[in-house]
Amino acid sequence: MSAAPARERPGDPAYNFAYLDEQTKRMIRRGLLKAVAIPGYQVPFASREMPLPYGWGTGGIQVTASIIGPEDRLKVIDQGADDTTNAVSIRRFFHRVTEVETTEETADATVIQTRHRIPERDLTENQILVYQVPIPEPLRQLEPREAECRKIHAWQEYGVMHVGLYEDIARWGHIARTYDYPVMVGGRYLMAPSPIPKFDNPKMTKMAALQLFGAGREKRLYAIPPHTDVKSLDFEDHPFEVQKWDETCGLCGAEDSFLDEVILDDAGGHMYVCSDSDFCRHRRDAGHRGAMAGHEAVRVLTEQVS
Amino acid sequence: MSAPLLQVEALNQRFGRIEACRDIDFVMHPGEVIGIVGESGSGKTTLLKCLAGRQVPTSGRVLYDMRVKGPTDLYALSEPERRLLMRTDLGYVTQNPRDALRMGISAGGNVGERLMVNGARHYGAIRDTASDWLERVELDPGRIDDRPATYSGGMQQRLQIAKTLVVNPRLVFMDEPTGGLDVSVQARLLDLLRGLVRELGLSAVIVTHDLAVARLLADRLMVMRRGEVVEQGLTDQVLDDPHHPYTQLLVSSVLQP
Repeated sequence: MSAAPARERPGDPAYNFAYLDEQTKRMIRRGLLKAVAIPGYQVPFASREMPLPYGWGTGGIQVTASIIGPEDRLKVIDQGADDTTNAVSIRRFFHRVTEVETTEETADATVIQTRHRIPERDLTENQILVYQVPIPEPLRQLEPREAECRKIHAWQEYGVMHVGLYEDIARWGHIARTYDYPVMVGGRYLMAPSPIPKFDNPKMTKMAALQLFGAGREKRLYAIPPHTDVKSLDFEDHPFEVQKWDETCGLCGAEDSFLDEVILDDAGGHMYVCSDSDFCRHRRDAGHRGAMAGHEAVRVLTEQVS
Repeated sequence: MSAPLLQVEALNQRFGRIEACRDIDFVMHPGEVIGIVGESGSGKTTLLKCLAGRQVPTSGRVLYDMRVKGPTDLYALSEPERRLLMRTDLGYVTQNPRDALRMGISAGGNVGERLMVNGARHYGAIRDTASDWLERVELDPGRIDDRPATYSGGMQQRLQIAKTLVVNPRLVFMDEPTGGLDVSVQARLLDLLRGLVRELGLSAVIVTHDLAVARLLADRLMVMRRGEVVEQGLTDQVLDDPHHPYTQLLVSSVLQP
Protein backbone atom coordinates (compact mmCIF):
# COMPACT_ATOMS: atom_id res chain seq x y z
CA MET A 1 0.00 0.00 0.00
CA SER A 2 1.24 3.42 -0.83
CA ALA A 3 1.87 5.45 2.24
CA ALA A 4 -0.54 8.35 1.94
CA PRO A 5 0.66 11.26 4.03
CA ALA A 6 -1.15 11.08 7.36
CA ARG A 7 -3.75 13.82 7.64
CA GLU A 8 -2.96 16.37 10.30
CA ARG A 9 -5.09 15.40 13.23
CA PRO A 10 -4.72 16.00 16.93
CA GLY A 11 -3.96 13.28 19.43
CA ASP A 12 -1.54 10.41 19.78
CA PRO A 13 -0.66 9.37 16.20
CA ALA A 14 -0.68 5.70 17.21
CA TYR A 15 -4.45 5.84 17.67
CA ASN A 16 -7.41 7.19 15.74
CA PHE A 17 -8.87 10.42 17.06
CA ALA A 18 -10.56 9.63 20.42
CA TYR A 19 -9.16 6.07 20.42
CA LEU A 20 -12.12 4.32 18.74
CA ASP A 21 -12.09 3.75 14.97
CA GLU A 22 -14.57 5.72 12.88
CA GLN A 23 -16.88 2.76 12.19
CA THR A 24 -17.25 2.06 15.88
CA LYS A 25 -17.99 5.71 16.60
CA ARG A 26 -20.66 5.72 13.87
CA MET A 27 -22.20 2.59 15.32
CA ILE A 28 -22.37 4.17 18.77
CA ARG A 29 -23.76 7.43 17.36
CA ARG A 30 -26.52 5.51 15.59
CA GLY A 31 -27.34 3.88 18.91
CA LEU A 32 -27.33 7.28 20.61
CA LEU A 33 -29.67 8.76 18.00
CA LYS A 34 -32.10 5.95 18.64
CA ALA A 35 -31.72 6.41 22.39
CA VAL A 36 -32.48 10.13 22.10
CA ALA A 37 -35.47 9.39 19.89
CA ILE A 38 -36.94 7.00 22.49
CA PRO A 39 -36.16 8.63 25.86
CA GLY A 40 -35.28 6.11 28.54
CA TYR A 41 -35.23 3.10 26.20
CA GLN A 42 -32.16 0.87 26.46
CA VAL A 43 -30.52 0.50 23.07
CA PRO A 44 -28.17 -2.48 22.70
CA PHE A 45 -24.79 -1.71 21.15
CA ALA A 46 -21.60 -3.59 20.35
CA SER A 47 -19.52 -2.40 23.28
CA ARG A 48 -15.77 -2.55 22.65
CA GLU A 49 -12.87 -3.48 24.85
CA MET A 50 -11.47 -0.29 26.30
CA PRO A 51 -8.10 0.23 27.97
CA LEU A 52 -9.62 0.13 31.44
CA PRO A 53 -11.54 -2.52 33.39
CA TYR A 54 -15.30 -2.95 33.31
CA GLY A 55 -16.86 -0.98 36.12
CA TRP A 56 -14.43 1.91 35.72
CA GLY A 57 -16.41 3.68 33.04
CA THR A 58 -16.00 1.72 29.79
CA GLY A 59 -19.54 2.66 28.70
CA GLY A 60 -19.07 6.32 29.54
CA ILE A 61 -15.78 6.69 27.69
CA GLN A 62 -17.15 4.98 24.59
CA VAL A 63 -20.01 7.47 24.51
CA THR A 64 -17.64 10.39 25.12
CA ALA A 65 -15.24 9.11 22.46
CA SER A 66 -17.96 8.95 19.86
CA ILE A 67 -19.37 12.42 20.46
CA ILE A 68 -16.22 14.43 21.24
CA GLY A 69 -14.69 16.73 18.59
CA PRO A 70 -11.48 18.75 18.54
CA GLU A 71 -13.36 21.90 19.54
CA ASP A 72 -14.87 20.39 22.71
CA ARG A 73 -13.83 21.10 26.27
CA LEU A 74 -14.00 18.06 28.50
CA LYS A 75 -14.64 17.82 32.22
CA VAL A 76 -14.56 14.46 34.02
CA ILE A 77 -15.88 13.97 37.52
CA ASP A 78 -16.00 10.97 39.82
CA GLN A 79 -18.19 11.27 42.94
CA GLY A 80 -18.49 14.96 42.10
CA ALA A 81 -14.75 15.60 42.29
CA ASP A 82 -12.32 16.42 39.48
CA ASP A 83 -9.30 15.10 41.33
CA THR A 84 -10.18 11.48 42.06
CA THR A 85 -8.26 8.63 40.40
CA ASN A 86 -10.93 7.64 37.90
CA ALA A 87 -11.56 11.23 36.83
CA VAL A 88 -7.87 12.05 36.47
CA SER A 89 -7.13 8.90 34.43
CA ILE A 90 -10.04 9.37 32.04
CA ARG A 91 -9.25 13.06 31.57
CA ARG A 92 -5.61 12.22 30.83
CA PHE A 93 -6.68 9.45 28.44
CA PHE A 94 -8.85 11.80 26.40
CA HIS A 95 -6.22 14.49 26.39
CA ARG A 96 -3.74 11.99 24.97
CA VAL A 97 -5.99 10.64 22.22
CA THR A 98 -7.73 13.90 21.24
CA GLU A 99 -5.68 16.78 22.64
CA VAL A 100 -8.96 18.51 23.48
CA GLU A 101 -8.86 21.11 26.16
CA THR A 102 -9.81 19.75 29.57
CA THR A 103 -11.29 21.82 32.33
CA GLU A 104 -12.52 21.61 35.88
CA GLU A 105 -14.95 24.51 35.36
CA THR A 106 -18.47 23.13 35.04
CA ALA A 107 -19.62 26.20 33.14
CA ASP A 108 -16.81 26.02 30.56
CA ALA A 109 -17.15 22.35 29.65
CA THR A 110 -19.08 21.23 26.58
CA VAL A 111 -18.91 17.53 27.47
CA ILE A 112 -18.99 16.34 31.08
CA GLN A 113 -18.41 12.69 31.81
CA THR A 114 -19.62 11.75 35.26
CA ARG A 115 -19.71 8.91 37.70
CA HIS A 116 -22.13 9.06 40.67
CA ARG A 117 -23.04 12.78 40.54
CA ILE A 118 -24.70 15.55 38.58
CA PRO A 119 -22.88 18.91 39.03
CA GLU A 120 -24.62 21.29 41.43
CA ARG A 121 -24.47 24.09 38.91
CA ASP A 122 -27.32 24.15 36.35
CA LEU A 123 -26.23 22.86 32.95
CA THR A 124 -27.10 24.56 29.67
CA GLU A 125 -28.27 23.65 26.15
CA ASN A 126 -24.65 23.71 24.98
CA GLN A 127 -23.54 20.92 27.26
CA ILE A 128 -23.77 17.14 27.20
CA LEU A 129 -23.67 15.06 30.36
CA VAL A 130 -22.33 11.51 29.89
CA TYR A 131 -23.02 8.99 32.66
CA GLN A 132 -21.09 5.81 33.40
CA VAL A 133 -23.62 3.10 34.14
CA PRO A 134 -22.88 -0.24 35.84
CA ILE A 135 -26.40 -1.76 35.77
CA PRO A 136 -28.73 -0.24 33.16
CA GLU A 137 -31.69 -2.52 33.90
CA PRO A 138 -33.80 -1.06 36.74
CA LEU A 139 -35.76 -4.32 37.04
CA ARG A 140 -32.69 -6.51 37.49
CA GLN A 141 -33.15 -7.11 41.23
CA LEU A 142 -36.80 -8.07 40.83
CA GLU A 143 -36.83 -9.90 37.52
CA PRO A 144 -33.74 -11.92 36.65
CA ARG A 145 -35.06 -13.05 33.23
CA GLU A 146 -33.90 -10.66 30.49
CA ALA A 147 -36.69 -11.71 28.09
CA GLU A 148 -39.28 -10.98 30.76
CA CYS A 149 -37.68 -7.57 31.50
CA ARG A 150 -38.02 -6.60 27.84
CA LYS A 151 -41.69 -7.56 27.86
CA ILE A 152 -42.27 -5.53 31.01
CA HIS A 153 -40.66 -2.50 29.32
CA ALA A 154 -42.54 -3.07 26.08
CA TRP A 155 -45.92 -3.21 27.79
CA GLN A 156 -45.18 -0.83 30.63
CA GLU A 157 -46.02 -3.38 33.30
CA TYR A 158 -43.98 -1.47 35.84
CA GLY A 159 -46.13 -2.08 38.94
CA VAL A 160 -43.67 -4.65 40.23
CA MET A 161 -41.05 -1.90 40.69
CA HIS A 162 -43.01 -0.55 43.62
CA VAL A 163 -42.52 -3.81 45.52
CA GLY A 164 -38.96 -2.79 46.36
CA LEU A 165 -40.12 0.59 47.62
CA TYR A 166 -42.92 -1.09 49.63
CA GLU A 167 -40.33 -3.31 51.32
CA ASP A 168 -38.29 -0.27 52.31
CA ILE A 169 -41.24 1.44 53.94
CA ALA A 170 -42.32 -1.78 55.67
CA ARG A 171 -38.86 -2.24 57.11
CA TRP A 172 -37.58 1.27 57.72
CA GLY A 173 -40.69 3.42 57.76
CA HIS A 174 -39.51 5.39 54.74
CA ILE A 175 -38.07 4.73 51.30
CA ALA A 176 -34.49 3.94 52.27
CA ARG A 177 -33.11 3.67 48.76
CA THR A 178 -30.59 6.49 48.41
CA TYR A 179 -28.93 5.96 45.03
CA ASP A 180 -29.83 4.60 41.60
CA TYR A 181 -33.38 5.56 42.48
CA PRO A 182 -35.72 4.44 39.65
CA VAL A 183 -37.35 7.10 37.47
CA MET A 184 -39.98 7.24 34.75
CA VAL A 185 -38.71 9.09 31.68
CA GLY A 186 -41.21 11.04 29.61
CA GLY A 187 -44.06 9.11 31.23
CA ARG A 188 -43.09 6.01 29.28
CA TYR A 189 -39.90 4.12 30.15
CA LEU A 190 -38.66 3.09 33.54
CA MET A 191 -34.98 3.97 33.82
CA ALA A 192 -32.06 3.40 36.20
CA PRO A 193 -30.34 6.78 36.56
CA SER A 194 -26.96 5.10 37.29
CA PRO A 195 -25.70 5.25 40.88
CA ILE A 196 -26.22 8.96 41.38
CA PRO A 197 -27.63 9.85 44.81
CA LYS A 198 -31.37 10.42 44.77
CA PHE A 199 -30.43 13.98 45.79
CA ASP A 200 -29.60 14.49 42.11
CA ASN A 201 -32.80 12.98 40.70
CA PRO A 202 -34.74 16.27 40.62
CA LYS A 203 -31.94 17.81 38.53
CA MET A 204 -32.61 15.32 35.73
CA THR A 205 -36.09 16.55 34.99
CA LYS A 206 -36.38 19.31 32.38
CA MET A 207 -32.57 19.59 32.30
CA ALA A 208 -31.41 21.87 29.48
CA ALA A 209 -28.41 19.66 28.68
CA LEU A 210 -28.56 16.37 26.80
CA GLN A 211 -28.02 13.38 29.10
CA LEU A 212 -26.42 10.24 27.66
CA PHE A 213 -25.89 6.96 29.49
CA GLY A 214 -23.43 4.24 28.53
CA ALA A 215 -23.09 0.79 30.10
CA GLY A 216 -20.00 -0.95 28.70
CA ARG A 217 -20.24 -4.39 30.26
CA GLU A 218 -24.02 -4.61 29.81
CA LYS A 219 -23.75 -3.14 26.29
CA ARG A 220 -26.61 -0.67 26.57
CA LEU A 221 -27.05 3.00 25.69
CA TYR A 222 -29.88 5.25 26.79
CA ALA A 223 -30.60 8.94 26.89
CA ILE A 224 -32.74 11.76 28.22
CA PRO A 225 -33.20 14.53 25.64
CA PRO A 226 -33.14 18.14 26.90
CA HIS A 227 -36.25 19.40 28.72
CA THR A 228 -37.72 15.91 29.24
CA ASP A 229 -39.94 15.04 32.17
CA VAL A 230 -38.24 12.68 34.62
CA LYS A 231 -40.25 11.49 37.60
CA SER A 232 -38.95 9.52 40.57
CA LEU A 233 -41.21 6.65 41.64
CA ASP A 234 -43.05 6.98 44.94
CA PHE A 235 -46.29 6.24 46.80
CA GLU A 236 -49.14 8.70 47.18
CA ASP A 237 -48.71 8.67 50.95
CA HIS A 238 -44.90 8.43 50.85
CA PRO A 239 -43.80 11.05 48.30
CA PHE A 240 -40.29 11.14 46.89
CA GLU A 241 -37.81 13.04 49.08
CA VAL A 242 -34.10 13.82 48.76
CA GLN A 243 -31.46 13.48 51.46
CA LYS A 244 -31.00 16.32 53.96
CA TRP A 245 -28.10 17.13 56.24
CA ASP A 246 -28.01 18.85 59.60
CA GLU A 247 -24.47 20.01 58.82
CA THR A 248 -23.22 22.49 56.24
CA CYS A 249 -20.08 22.27 54.11
CA GLY A 250 -17.06 22.77 56.39
CA LEU A 251 -15.16 24.65 53.67
CA CYS A 252 -17.71 26.87 51.97
CA GLY A 253 -20.72 26.71 54.29
CA ALA A 254 -23.10 25.56 51.54
CA GLU A 255 -26.44 24.34 52.88
CA ASP A 256 -27.97 23.09 49.65
CA SER A 257 -25.29 20.85 48.15
CA PHE A 258 -24.61 17.12 48.42
CA LEU A 259 -22.14 16.57 51.29
CA ASP A 260 -19.43 13.95 51.77
CA GLU A 261 -18.16 13.02 55.21
CA VAL A 262 -14.39 13.31 55.52
CA ILE A 263 -12.55 11.63 58.41
CA LEU A 264 -9.85 13.94 59.80
CA ASP A 265 -8.07 11.89 62.44
CA ASP A 266 -8.22 8.68 64.46
CA ALA A 267 -10.08 10.35 67.31
CA GLY A 268 -13.46 10.63 65.60
CA GLY A 269 -12.78 14.04 64.07
CA HIS A 270 -14.71 14.51 60.87
CA MET A 271 -16.21 17.17 58.69
CA TYR A 272 -18.64 17.48 55.83
CA VAL A 273 -17.60 18.95 52.49
CA CYS A 274 -19.37 19.48 49.18
CA SER A 275 -18.94 16.47 46.95
CA ASP A 276 -18.90 18.79 43.91
CA SER A 277 -15.34 20.18 44.18
CA ASP A 278 -15.82 22.81 41.46
CA PHE A 279 -18.97 24.16 43.10
CA CYS A 280 -17.20 24.37 46.49
CA ARG A 281 -14.15 26.16 45.05
CA HIS A 282 -16.35 28.75 43.36
CA ARG A 283 -18.14 29.46 46.61
CA ARG A 284 -14.87 29.81 48.50
CA ASP A 285 -13.51 32.14 45.82
CA ALA A 286 -16.67 34.20 46.21
CA GLY A 287 -15.85 34.64 49.88
CA HIS A 288 -18.08 32.02 51.54
CA ARG A 289 -16.51 30.46 54.60
CA GLY A 290 -17.52 27.23 56.35
CA ALA A 291 -17.08 26.42 60.02
CA MET A 292 -13.82 24.58 59.41
CA ALA A 293 -12.25 27.13 57.06
CA GLY A 294 -8.72 28.01 58.18
CA HIS A 295 -8.38 24.82 60.24
CA GLU A 296 -4.97 23.19 59.82
CA ALA A 297 -6.37 19.90 58.46
CA VAL A 298 -8.51 21.86 56.04
CA ARG A 299 -5.62 23.93 54.74
CA VAL A 300 -3.89 20.75 53.59
CA LEU A 301 -7.13 19.50 52.07
CA THR A 302 -7.96 22.66 50.12
CA GLU A 303 -4.45 22.98 48.79
CA GLN A 304 -4.81 19.52 47.35
CA VAL A 305 -8.23 20.28 45.92
CA SER A 306 -7.37 23.50 44.13
CA MET B 1 -78.96 -19.54 33.13
CA SER B 2 -76.08 -17.12 32.71
CA ALA B 3 -73.63 -17.38 29.83
CA PRO B 4 -70.78 -19.85 30.28
CA LEU B 5 -67.63 -18.41 31.85
CA LEU B 6 -65.30 -20.80 30.10
CA GLN B 7 -65.83 -22.93 27.03
CA VAL B 8 -63.22 -25.38 25.89
CA GLU B 9 -63.52 -26.66 22.35
CA ALA B 10 -61.55 -29.57 20.90
CA LEU B 11 -58.44 -28.75 22.89
CA ASN B 12 -55.34 -30.71 21.95
CA GLN B 13 -51.84 -30.45 23.33
CA ARG B 14 -49.01 -32.47 21.88
CA PHE B 15 -45.39 -32.55 22.91
CA GLY B 16 -43.77 -34.33 19.98
CA ARG B 17 -44.98 -37.93 20.13
CA ILE B 18 -46.74 -37.41 23.41
CA GLU B 19 -50.40 -36.45 23.38
CA ALA B 20 -50.82 -34.68 26.70
CA CYS B 21 -54.44 -33.63 26.11
CA ARG B 22 -56.72 -35.04 23.43
CA ASP B 23 -60.01 -33.57 22.19
CA ILE B 24 -61.13 -31.98 25.39
CA ASP B 25 -64.51 -30.22 25.37
CA PHE B 26 -66.34 -28.79 28.32
CA VAL B 27 -68.32 -25.78 29.46
CA MET B 28 -68.06 -24.07 32.80
CA HIS B 29 -70.62 -21.66 34.28
CA PRO B 30 -69.94 -18.78 36.69
CA GLY B 31 -69.77 -19.91 40.31
CA GLU B 32 -68.95 -23.49 39.41
CA VAL B 33 -66.08 -25.45 40.88
CA ILE B 34 -64.74 -28.15 38.62
CA GLY B 35 -62.37 -30.84 39.82
CA ILE B 36 -59.97 -32.63 37.51
CA VAL B 37 -58.78 -35.97 38.85
CA GLY B 38 -56.63 -38.66 37.34
CA GLU B 39 -53.38 -40.52 37.81
CA SER B 40 -50.06 -38.75 37.51
CA GLY B 41 -49.03 -38.10 33.93
CA SER B 42 -52.63 -38.06 32.71
CA GLY B 43 -52.42 -34.46 31.49
CA LYS B 44 -54.19 -32.70 34.37
CA THR B 45 -51.65 -29.95 34.90
CA THR B 46 -51.10 -29.44 31.16
CA LEU B 47 -54.84 -28.98 30.69
CA LEU B 48 -54.92 -26.52 33.59
CA LYS B 49 -52.06 -24.49 32.10
CA CYS B 50 -53.86 -24.37 28.76
CA LEU B 51 -57.02 -23.12 30.45
CA ALA B 52 -55.12 -20.52 32.46
CA GLY B 53 -53.41 -18.89 29.49
CA ARG B 54 -50.00 -20.23 30.44
CA GLN B 55 -49.50 -22.78 27.70
CA VAL B 56 -50.51 -22.34 24.08
CA PRO B 57 -52.46 -25.46 23.03
CA THR B 58 -51.54 -27.27 19.81
CA SER B 59 -55.11 -26.86 18.58
CA GLY B 60 -58.55 -26.02 19.88
CA ARG B 61 -60.00 -22.97 21.57
CA VAL B 62 -60.36 -21.72 25.14
CA LEU B 63 -63.17 -19.16 25.20
CA TYR B 64 -63.29 -16.97 28.27
CA ASP B 65 -66.23 -14.65 28.91
CA MET B 66 -64.43 -11.31 29.19
CA ARG B 67 -66.11 -8.48 31.09
CA VAL B 68 -66.33 -6.16 28.09
CA LYS B 69 -65.69 -8.21 24.98
CA GLY B 70 -67.71 -11.29 25.89
CA PRO B 71 -66.49 -14.80 25.00
CA THR B 72 -62.98 -14.49 23.53
CA ASP B 73 -60.36 -17.09 22.68
CA LEU B 74 -57.54 -16.60 25.20
CA TYR B 75 -54.96 -17.41 22.57
CA ALA B 76 -56.43 -15.05 19.98
CA LEU B 77 -55.73 -12.13 22.33
CA SER B 78 -52.47 -10.24 21.97
CA GLU B 79 -49.91 -11.13 24.60
CA PRO B 80 -50.26 -7.87 26.60
CA GLU B 81 -54.06 -8.29 26.63
CA ARG B 82 -53.72 -11.86 27.82
CA ARG B 83 -51.23 -10.86 30.51
CA LEU B 84 -53.58 -8.12 31.67
CA LEU B 85 -56.42 -10.63 31.88
CA MET B 86 -54.19 -13.07 33.75
CA ARG B 87 -53.28 -10.56 36.42
CA THR B 88 -56.78 -9.17 36.92
CA ASP B 89 -59.43 -11.82 36.19
CA LEU B 90 -57.54 -15.09 36.52
CA GLY B 91 -55.67 -16.55 39.45
CA TYR B 92 -53.29 -19.50 39.55
CA VAL B 93 -52.26 -21.41 42.64
CA THR B 94 -49.27 -23.69 42.13
CA GLN B 95 -48.59 -26.89 43.99
CA ASN B 96 -45.34 -25.55 45.35
CA PRO B 97 -45.90 -22.09 46.89
CA ARG B 98 -42.21 -21.29 46.47
CA ASP B 99 -42.77 -21.14 42.70
CA ALA B 100 -45.27 -18.31 43.04
CA LEU B 101 -43.95 -16.33 46.02
CA ARG B 102 -40.98 -14.01 46.13
CA MET B 103 -38.98 -15.56 48.92
CA GLY B 104 -36.85 -12.46 49.52
CA ILE B 105 -39.83 -10.12 49.90
CA SER B 106 -42.01 -9.88 53.02
CA ALA B 107 -45.44 -11.53 53.20
CA GLY B 108 -47.12 -8.13 52.93
CA GLY B 109 -45.02 -7.27 49.89
CA ASN B 110 -45.98 -10.55 48.26
CA VAL B 111 -49.69 -9.96 48.73
CA GLY B 112 -49.34 -6.26 47.89
CA GLU B 113 -47.37 -7.02 44.71
CA ARG B 114 -50.54 -8.08 42.91
CA LEU B 115 -52.19 -4.80 43.90
CA MET B 116 -49.19 -2.70 42.89
CA VAL B 117 -48.94 -4.53 39.57
CA ASN B 118 -52.54 -3.52 38.97
CA GLY B 119 -51.82 0.11 39.73
CA ALA B 120 -52.27 0.61 43.50
CA ARG B 121 -49.99 3.44 44.63
CA HIS B 122 -51.13 4.17 48.17
CA TYR B 123 -48.87 2.43 50.69
CA GLY B 124 -51.32 2.59 53.58
CA ALA B 125 -54.18 1.15 51.53
CA ILE B 126 -52.00 -1.63 50.11
CA ARG B 127 -50.84 -2.58 53.58
CA ASP B 128 -54.34 -2.59 55.04
CA THR B 129 -55.62 -4.83 52.27
CA ALA B 130 -52.65 -7.18 52.62
CA SER B 131 -53.13 -7.39 56.37
CA ASP B 132 -56.84 -8.03 55.93
CA TRP B 133 -56.13 -10.88 53.54
CA LEU B 134 -53.54 -12.46 55.83
CA GLU B 135 -56.27 -12.59 58.44
CA ARG B 136 -58.74 -14.14 56.03
CA VAL B 137 -56.38 -17.01 55.28
CA GLU B 138 -55.75 -17.40 59.01
CA LEU B 139 -52.22 -16.04 59.05
CA ASP B 140 -51.12 -13.79 61.90
CA PRO B 141 -51.16 -10.19 60.56
CA GLY B 142 -48.39 -9.49 63.06
CA ARG B 143 -46.08 -11.46 60.78
CA ILE B 144 -46.82 -9.25 57.76
CA ASP B 145 -43.19 -8.13 57.55
CA ASP B 146 -41.70 -11.61 57.84
CA ARG B 147 -40.33 -13.29 54.76
CA PRO B 148 -42.13 -16.36 53.41
CA ALA B 149 -38.94 -18.33 53.99
CA THR B 150 -39.69 -18.16 57.72
CA TYR B 151 -43.19 -19.61 57.16
CA SER B 152 -44.05 -23.30 57.26
CA GLY B 153 -45.18 -25.08 54.08
CA GLY B 154 -48.85 -24.81 54.97
CA MET B 155 -48.51 -21.14 55.83
CA GLN B 156 -46.72 -20.48 52.54
CA GLN B 157 -49.57 -22.17 50.70
CA ARG B 158 -52.11 -19.98 52.50
CA LEU B 159 -49.99 -16.92 51.72
CA GLN B 160 -50.03 -17.91 48.06
CA ILE B 161 -53.81 -18.19 48.19
CA ALA B 162 -54.06 -14.72 49.74
CA LYS B 163 -51.76 -13.37 47.03
CA THR B 164 -53.94 -14.94 44.35
CA LEU B 165 -57.29 -13.84 45.72
CA VAL B 166 -56.37 -10.28 46.77
CA VAL B 167 -57.19 -8.86 43.33
CA ASN B 168 -60.67 -10.49 43.32
CA PRO B 169 -60.21 -12.78 40.34
CA ARG B 170 -63.31 -14.32 38.76
CA LEU B 171 -61.73 -17.64 37.94
CA VAL B 172 -59.03 -19.40 39.93
CA PHE B 173 -56.96 -22.36 38.81
CA MET B 174 -55.46 -24.55 41.49
CA ASP B 175 -52.88 -27.20 40.84
CA GLU B 176 -52.84 -29.64 43.76
CA PRO B 177 -53.34 -26.88 46.33
CA THR B 178 -53.04 -29.36 49.20
CA GLY B 179 -50.29 -31.56 47.78
CA GLY B 180 -47.32 -32.03 50.07
CA LEU B 181 -49.11 -30.88 53.21
CA ASP B 182 -49.83 -33.05 56.21
CA VAL B 183 -53.38 -34.24 56.73
CA SER B 184 -54.44 -31.85 59.48
CA VAL B 185 -53.08 -28.85 57.61
CA GLN B 186 -54.79 -30.13 54.45
CA ALA B 187 -58.11 -30.31 56.24
CA ARG B 188 -57.84 -26.71 57.50
CA LEU B 189 -56.73 -25.45 54.11
CA LEU B 190 -59.65 -27.22 52.43
CA ASP B 191 -62.05 -25.75 54.94
CA LEU B 192 -60.60 -22.33 54.25
CA LEU B 193 -60.76 -22.77 50.48
CA ARG B 194 -64.32 -23.99 50.61
CA GLY B 195 -65.31 -20.99 52.71
CA LEU B 196 -63.57 -18.52 50.40
CA VAL B 197 -64.96 -20.04 47.23
CA ARG B 198 -68.51 -19.89 48.57
CA GLU B 199 -68.13 -16.47 50.17
CA LEU B 200 -66.60 -14.78 47.13
CA GLY B 201 -68.69 -16.66 44.56
CA LEU B 202 -65.51 -17.71 42.81
CA SER B 203 -65.33 -20.10 39.95
CA ALA B 204 -62.48 -22.54 40.22
CA VAL B 205 -60.80 -25.39 38.42
CA ILE B 206 -58.98 -27.63 40.84
CA VAL B 207 -56.52 -30.31 39.78
CA THR B 208 -55.98 -33.02 42.33
CA HIS B 209 -55.30 -36.70 42.63
CA ASP B 210 -56.95 -36.76 46.01
CA LEU B 211 -60.59 -37.80 45.64
CA ALA B 212 -61.44 -36.50 49.10
CA VAL B 213 -60.33 -33.01 48.05
CA ALA B 214 -62.44 -33.34 44.92
CA ARG B 215 -65.51 -34.46 46.83
CA LEU B 216 -65.19 -31.63 49.31
CA LEU B 217 -64.61 -28.78 46.87
CA ALA B 218 -65.85 -29.67 43.43
CA ASP B 219 -69.40 -29.47 42.05
CA ARG B 220 -68.44 -31.34 38.96
CA LEU B 221 -65.68 -33.79 38.27
CA MET B 222 -63.68 -34.67 35.20
CA VAL B 223 -61.69 -37.89 35.25
CA MET B 224 -58.63 -37.89 33.02
CA ARG B 225 -56.56 -40.76 31.78
CA ARG B 226 -53.80 -40.67 29.18
CA GLY B 227 -54.78 -37.19 28.03
CA GLU B 228 -58.46 -37.92 27.60
CA VAL B 229 -61.46 -37.15 29.72
CA VAL B 230 -62.92 -40.58 30.29
CA GLU B 231 -65.83 -39.59 32.48
CA GLN B 232 -67.42 -36.40 33.71
CA GLY B 233 -70.46 -35.46 35.73
CA LEU B 234 -71.60 -34.25 39.13
CA THR B 235 -69.02 -35.08 41.76
CA ASP B 236 -71.22 -37.30 43.89
CA GLN B 237 -72.55 -39.07 40.83
CA VAL B 238 -69.08 -39.85 39.51
CA LEU B 239 -67.71 -40.95 42.84
CA ASP B 240 -70.73 -42.97 44.01
CA ASP B 241 -71.62 -44.55 40.69
CA PRO B 242 -68.54 -44.66 38.51
CA HIS B 243 -69.16 -45.94 34.99
CA HIS B 244 -65.76 -46.06 33.32
CA PRO B 245 -63.53 -48.94 34.43
CA TYR B 246 -60.70 -46.52 35.20
CA THR B 247 -62.92 -44.40 37.44
CA GLN B 248 -64.11 -47.55 39.19
CA LEU B 249 -60.50 -48.49 39.78
CA LEU B 250 -59.69 -44.99 41.04
CA VAL B 251 -62.62 -44.91 43.45
CA SER B 252 -61.95 -48.41 44.76
CA SER B 253 -58.27 -47.58 45.33
CA VAL B 254 -58.99 -45.02 48.02
CA LEU B 255 -57.73 -46.27 51.36
CA GLN B 256 -60.35 -46.42 54.07
CA PRO B 257 -58.83 -45.72 57.47
